[in-house]
Amino acid sequence: MPFQALFMWIEQSPVGVFMRENVIAFPLVESIHVLALTLVVGSISMIDLRLLGVSARNHAVTKLSNEILPVTWVCFVVAATTGSLLFSSKAVDYTHNFFFLGKMVLMACAGLNMMLFHFITWRSVANWDTDTPAPFAAKLAGGLSLLFWIGVIIFGRWVGFTIGGAF
Amino acid sequence: MPQSLHTFCNWLANTPPSQLFQNVAWIIPAVQSVHIFCISLVMGSVALIDLRLLGITGRSQSISGMTNRLLPIVWVSIVILFLTGAVLAIAEPIRSLENPAFQAKMLMLLLVGTLTFFFQDMLRGDVAFWEMSPARRATAKLTAVVSLLLWVGIVFAGRWIAYMDTSYGG
Repeated sequence: MPFQALFMWIEQSPVGVFMRENVIAFPLVESIHVLALTLVVGSISMIDLRLLGVSARNHAVTKLSNEILPVTWVCFVVAATTGSLLFSSKAVDYTHNFFFLGKMVLMACAGLNMMLFHFITWRSVANWDTDTPAPFAAKLAGGLSLLFWIGVIIFGRWVGFTIGGAF
Repeated sequence: MPQSLHTFCNWLANTPPSQLFQNVAWIIPAVQSVHIFCISLVMGSVALIDLRLLGITGRSQSISGMTNRLLPIVWVSIVILFLTGAVLAIAEPIRSLENPAFQAKMLMLLLVGTLTFFFQDMLRGDVAFWEMSPARRATAKLTAVVSLLLWVGIVFAGRWIAYMDTSYGG
């Protein structure tokens, strides 16, 4: 692990020590993390299901995403912040955990999928904004997004079972 | 009552389904993952409805249009949540049924379920019911705040089951 010293430093920092030793800190931050992630995945799923043609079929994709994505981003920032705090409690252990690493890879995949969708497929959105079904590329992006985020939940849950502590 | 609940939990923990759920290591995490994904669908839907009721987002859609689209997702998810939750409770009856966090969660669930049912029922008779008068609009906003708080409480209580568990240090 090339960043071992960095992870050691994180877990020995005042924040890491506090997250590890304070009785209430970890459960509280973890609960906020769970709350935020349910809102991230729940709101993204709404858009994914629209792209797949399953729900909100009579709503324009642009209107739906304008209304939903701000909620998604706010909650993502909260989830990432609380996730970082949880990570700081046992930084070294997390970086050796298969499910934690898998979760990070899945989130990177979800991010990449989102960027490809945004920079390529989204450019022509005016042509298919109200179409159901959406074009294949958009459906594919919606389906992959749903799979990646479900994967993030599964791997995230397994982190709790493999890293020690309460599950 | 606590004694008979404890007797029941002990009995349940020794039934074949409970033994199966306890002994196959992947069942609990897998069922929990489905449970969390369904909570995500509920939270996403409920947040969008409640933010619409508060006038923060989704103003291009009517209240009834939004509830017609999203509440079916909520009710279907709640059925799956109940089934997966039942598996988790059967797997670990003492850890869940006797747990104050679990009991608080069930109470809040009952409250929010009743609230949502009546809110939806009013819309069934009249799609504009909650937009008709200032008093009804205020009631709808209050309902939104209470509903959001209850759902947040449910997520917190759900996570706290793990920390109230007597086998975990606290």
